Amino acid sequence: MRTFKDNLLRGLLWFSAFVTVGILLLIVGYIFYKGFRLINFEFIFGDYSPTGGGGIWPMVVTTVYTIAISLVIATPIGILAAVYLQEYAKQGRLVKTIRFATESLTGIPSIIYGLFGAVFFVTTLKLGMSIISASLTLTIIVLPVVIRTTEEALKTVPGAYREGSLALGTTKLQTLIKVILPSSMPGILSGIILSMGRIIGESAAIFLTAGTVAAMPSSIFSSARTLTVHAFLVTQEAGDIELAAAIGIVLIVLILVLNFSATFISKKLNKADY
Amino acid sequence: MTSPPIEKHNIGNGKSNKRKYMLESLSSKLFLLCALLSVLSLLLIVGFVFYRGSHPFIAEGYSFFEFIFGVDWVPGEDKFGIFPMIVASIYATIGSLIIGVPIGLFTAIFLSEIAPKRVAKIISPAVQLLAGIPSVLYGVFGLAIIVPFLQNYLGLAKGQSLLAVIVVLAVMMLPTIVTVAETSIRAVPKTYREGSLALGASEIGTIFKVVVPAAKSGITAAIVLGLGRAIGETMAVILIAGNSLIVPTSLTDSIRPLTTNIALEMGYAAGVHQEMLFATGIVLFSFIMILNFVLAKISARGAN
Amino acid sequence: MNQSEETAKISVKDLSLFYGDKQALYSVSLDIEEKKVTALIGPSGCGKSTFLRTLNRMNDLIDGVKITGDIVVDNEDIYKSNDVIKLRTKVGMVFQKPNLFPMSIYDNVAYGPRAQGIKNKKELNKIVEESLRGAAIWDEVKDRLKSSALGLSGGQQQRVCIARAIAMKPDIILMDEPTSALDPISTLKVEELIAQLKKEYTIVIVTHNMQQAARVSDKTAFFLSGEIIEYDVTNNVFSNPKDQRTEDYVTGRFG
Repeated sequence: MRTFKDNLLRGLLWFSAFVTVGILLLIVGYIFYKGFRLINFEFIFGDYSPTGGGGIWPMVVTTVYTIAISLVIATPIGILAAVYLQEYAKQGRLVKTIRFATESLTGIPSIIYGLFGAVFFVTTLKLGMSIISASLTLTIIVLPVVIRTTEEALKTVPGAYREGSLALGTTKLQTLIKVILPSSMPGILSGIILSMGRIIGESAAIFLTAGTVAAMPSSIFSSARTLTVHAFLVTQEAGDIELAAAIGIVLIVLILVLNFSATFISKKLNKADY
Repeated sequence: MTSPPIEKHNIGNGKSNKRKYMLESLSSKLFLLCALLSVLSLLLIVGFVFYRGSHPFIAEGYSFFEFIFGVDWVPGEDKFGIFPMIVASIYATIGSLIIGVPIGLFTAIFLSEIAPKRVAKIISPAVQLLAGIPSVLYGVFGLAIIVPFLQNYLGLAKGQSLLAVIVVLAVMMLPTIVTVAETSIRAVPKTYREGSLALGASEIGTIFKVVVPAAKSGITAAIVLGLGRAIGETMAVILIAGNSLIVPTSLTDSIRPLTTNIALEMGYAAGVHQEMLFATGIVLFSFIMILNFVLAKISARGAN
Repeated sequence: MNQSEETAKISVKDLSLFYGDKQALYSVSLDIEEKKVTALIGPSGCGKSTFLRTLNRMNDLIDGVKITGDIVVDNEDIYKSNDVIKLRTKVGMVFQKPNLFPMSIYDNVAYGPRAQGIKNKKELNKIVEESLRGAAIWDEVKDRLKSSALGLSGGQQQRVCIARAIAMKPDIILMDEPTSALDPISTLKVEELIAQLKKEYTIVIVTHNMQQAARVSDKTAFFLSGEIIEYDVTNNVFSNPKDQRTEDYVTGRFG
């Protein structure tokens, strides 16, 4: 009886793994199968044409804009916030509050961020439906990611480095800049790369703050759509699965490249002796 | 081995370090300010959403009870009832958990305990990678494959349904659950397994009676994360839910969860209508807080 | 005692230290002489390392530490003047385990001087060479100054740590069990180095190795449960202790 139960459970384990891997392969395989015919130079670098047959270059540019702007803001703030929490703060109510806030931000669904961005950045700050409104919203979304990964990276720096540096009559700031940040750079960098992935995958928050204009943005105050929002809209409005899948290929390849570079950077820099 | 006499020079001696101390205190204040920005963001978000969302009930005489339990959502006729959406959200979330959690956990157990090393080394990172794929693509897949499948093989008039949403959300939460649960199961010390095996327990028995309970808190975290992804998902769901405003009574009904209601109407809503969308946001927000709280309680009880 | 007061480099009076509610040092008073090696011995947990770390205020880094009493270095009360940077440039420290930074040997030794604003290449070169020579490691590393300091053996690393400390031209060097992580040959080299260094520096060394204390130090203080039990010329402490507890400890009856 016991062996029967064991075998049944063992079978279920194999079956589940098989289902998981099968479904995920099916999804990725389907997207590549459906979309690969559209992928060519003209598709990626060509301008969009509303009548069909055009490229996705405006959406690529918009995506790059949103990544660049939100990371330019979120990275320094996130790193310095993590530095405060790990290196400066004394444990107490203030730190607890900050940590609680950071964790809560992680749990808020992106549609709520979208609501907030739409009323705060778009309306109250009068930035309109624009790349800048979306980027500022995304800044708040990735801020906890940057803080958490930086904190983890700072934790791996041996306390002996801090003592050694401070005992030489340096200030905390000098110790931070010369020893601690360089030592934790690989972890911080891979955190930033993972945030890029988060921004690329985001849709609801951008949908409500950047609008849906399908054209090359003339400035960061223009309304525009990112790749992911474009994939959504062509599916919803036109039912164009092939086009959505082709965009999907671009997105998946981007995510792949980002993940590999994150792994590569953290391995490469960790192995290097300094 | 003889050392030459070391001549003294002016390091530190007599020089004032005032500038350094000033920089030191300035920088620590700057860092604190950055850390406080996340608190400020949270306050702003909660403040704005709650302020706008509560306005109709506080200042304009709408009944909160009718908002929650009303079954009609017709903004043109000033009717704002979100009961169908609440039910849809609950059904979709529970349904996807029922499918996604066991498959995800079993896969995690398989990868960390049963799978040959070489197999796990390929599958684990691949699954991890899939957690990063934009969720919209899961929606595209759902619309292209699952919806027609339901139409053709289950004979539904419209494949966009509660069932389609459940399946897609379950698939979407798999990578998250597998990755987080696998990490926590792998972190269980080897000695636990050895102790149990040495007492004559079978391999499978050891896994389910010793290893999995030891990884309980990580597994709970995995479920919470998967749940968060399911209940908060918006754009993928729009594509496959059908978005009808009815209280779902069967798996084949077309549904409109809370999230999609906001995304679908925010573009053109104004005045009270827009405020009611914020109120919908408050309900969604509260749901997530309650669920996290409940799960935290469950895992705390499990730990005792 | 009169003579020692004249040359006291560090004068500690009535020093007590608390970690939160827990008291770790009980009104310790001690005069440390210039250009001598003073050893602090005692069983683990007796407060000798804690005491050492009050001398360059490294205990400030720990939350909840409270200190009462006076520590005067060169006629200046180090807990009254708030210039910790100046104090630590004057009082260098070598730790239990070598803690070189993940940088080149050169950058490690030049780290402190650079932080003090010395940028001139020639001057830095000179400081690095002098310090490495001073730590008796120049010949071993002169051809690989630009390679990672973490590639050196533990003993070499510890001597580069000493070089890094003396690159600041301190008056005093604190050593916290500097050889506890080293093999016997490396330990011997460090001990020879200490004998050399005392011509230039005042050295305070914590050790749990009694032979080491006997070999390298001029004076020895025996700590027990946060108090100084006996403080005298090293020879007296080891061969003619006045207190029964000191005798028990140095003869290995407990500890």
